[in-house]
Amino acid sequence: MTWRWAGARLGGAVLTLFGVTIVVFVVLRAIPGDAITSSLGIESGTLTPAQTQALTLYYGLDKPWYVQFFAWVGQVLRGNLGVSLTSGNTVGSLIGAALPVTVELAVLAAIIGTVIGVLLGTLAGSGPGRARDGVTQGVGLLGLAVPEFVLGILMVAFLAARFDYFPDTSTFVPITTSFSANMSQMLYPALVLAVGFAANVMRTTRSEYVEVAQADFVRTARGKGLAPGRIRFAHILRNAGIPILTVTGIQFGYLLGGTVIIEQIFALPGLGRLLFTAITNHDYPIVQSSVLVVAVAFVLVNLLVDLAYRAVDPRVRQA
Amino acid sequence: MSVTPVVTETATAAAPPAGRLLTRIWRDTNGRIGLVLTAILVLAALCGAVGLLPHDPIAQFPDARYRPPSADYWFGSDQFGRDILARVAAGIWTSLRVSVVSVALATLVGATLGVCAGFFGGWLDQVISRFVEVLFAFPAILLALAVVSALGSGWFNTAVAIAVVYTPIFARVARGPTLSVRNAEFVNAQRVLGIPTHRILLRHVLPNISAPVVVQVTLALSWAILTESALSFLGLGTQPPEPSLGLMVADAQNTITSAWWTMAFPAATIVVAVVALNLLGDGLRSALDPRREQSR
Repeated sequence: MTWRWAGARLGGAVLTLFGVTIVVFVVLRAIPGDAITSSLGIESGTLTPAQTQALTLYYGLDKPWYVQFFAWVGQVLRGNLGVSLTSGNTVGSLIGAALPVTVELAVLAAIIGTVIGVLLGTLAGSGPGRARDGVTQGVGLLGLAVPEFVLGILMVAFLAARFDYFPDTSTFVPITTSFSANMSQMLYPALVLAVGFAANVMRTTRSEYVEVAQADFVRTARGKGLAPGRIRFAHILRNAGIPILTVTGIQFGYLLGGTVIIEQIFALPGLGRLLFTAITNHDYPIVQSSVLVVAVAFVLVNLLVDLAYRAVDPRVRQA
Repeated sequence: MSVTPVVTETATAAAPPAGRLLTRIWRDTNGRIGLVLTAILVLAALCGAVGLLPHDPIAQFPDARYRPPSADYWFGSDQFGRDILARVAAGIWTSLRVSVVSVALATLVGATLGVCAGFFGGWLDQVISRFVEVLFAFPAILLALAVVSALGSGWFNTAVAIAVVYTPIFARVARGPTLSVRNAEFVNAQRVLGIPTHRILLRHVLPNISAPVVVQVTLALSWAILTESALSFLGLGTQPPEPSLGLMVADAQNTITSAWWTMAFPAATIVVAVVALNLLGDGLRSALDPRREQSR
């Protein structure tokens, strides 16, 4: 891997992250009212002018927007994400507690989704135009079209009927306490998230498989009399690997920010639920920081995928 | 939420006139199914909108709560005795309104940005491409949630939030073909002849980017329906009592075992709508593919 390229890519990522902070700052400033009204609610109407002025100075609202922006970025870089308006806890500690749950959910869903997606994609791609291709593609489209909240509700109904299990935040068991108890709570929501994930991976795997299977080296491999299984996995899938890796990385990034609904349905205390509760409670320091954390994670995941496939594929390095 | 914006690579070509396009979509199996399903949904929404359905979507009848599907209530009735068929039809209308407005906004802003970036190049391209990159750094549903939390709920704000999410996709889809047209001989010739830039853009660049943009529009419409239903499910999109498919599913989640129809029909409608627009998009893509045209 050329260091110059890695440096440029890293520089680009930092620039994007800077843009991300601007967007988050601008979007959150578009909310009617300011830090005073959002922290005090209707009580802010009872403040005396002197109290309002003191709070304005305290929150730095008298300063121009760019001073406020850089002050905020400076605080964030020092690890100070602010204080929750509803609970009074630091946003850092709240996100620190919620993030592992979401990451675990995303990792589980990504593993299940990738395995199923690659297998189905190979199945469809190895016989383009045949019945199994049509059926797999139909299933894939359905996997993308069924909203995950519908699948989630069906799953919860199934769990309630079959295991008498009802999701409840108060009974959540972290993975560090008990692996099996944690899995019994995380596996089902991960399965629901894996459906859309698998459908995306399946589509990419199929189209790449069909394309690579027409290449000359595959014909040569067949001509040499290699076993079909070996051609399938060691030759075709290996060469189709990069786009699959890319789509897996992007999907994983989306999952980090896309677990809101599933965490809500399964009552999991993750980042999505934290964000959703904060939105409904107008707790903007949490909204601002959790959106920022997810976007940063998303940019980093994409950067890692880029770096990874340059390391894996010599063709990309030469290009 | 697997609302993955799909940036399609479609060969650049001018879109044929609407009549010929429809015939070509009809010849494609996927396109035909997509066209028929979309037509049925639009028809149902229109019937609901002009009041051709026997029941009112909002009127409550406490005596008729949780009626299973029957000749009177085709899709059954819900916890307030409201007709689910009428609510589904009105819900399609709501979904289509949000997705059409959001995709129209995203196409207008996104394609304009993409064309400007591709055609004028230089610092403008740098700035726009950077901006697009930044918007791509947010997972779709998260960006929509952030915008909705800033603007507040309601159908138009939902549409704006979804538009923000899809704008970068259209910018990217429009920029590529514009770049290749910009350097084409015939465009250079026009410049030398002193044809004003806006004429070149309208007469030559726009027709050349229309095919990939049109395909992207159908796909974006299907993802917009999913995003709208997700936001409404969370209570941040369409507000009650206005019927919305996502909201209907949310209301039905506790009655799914005792009254399956309260959930089955709105959920199935979302699925059918997304599948229909996706298949239509597939059909459009092959109808607009110049390579297919040559091989015929």
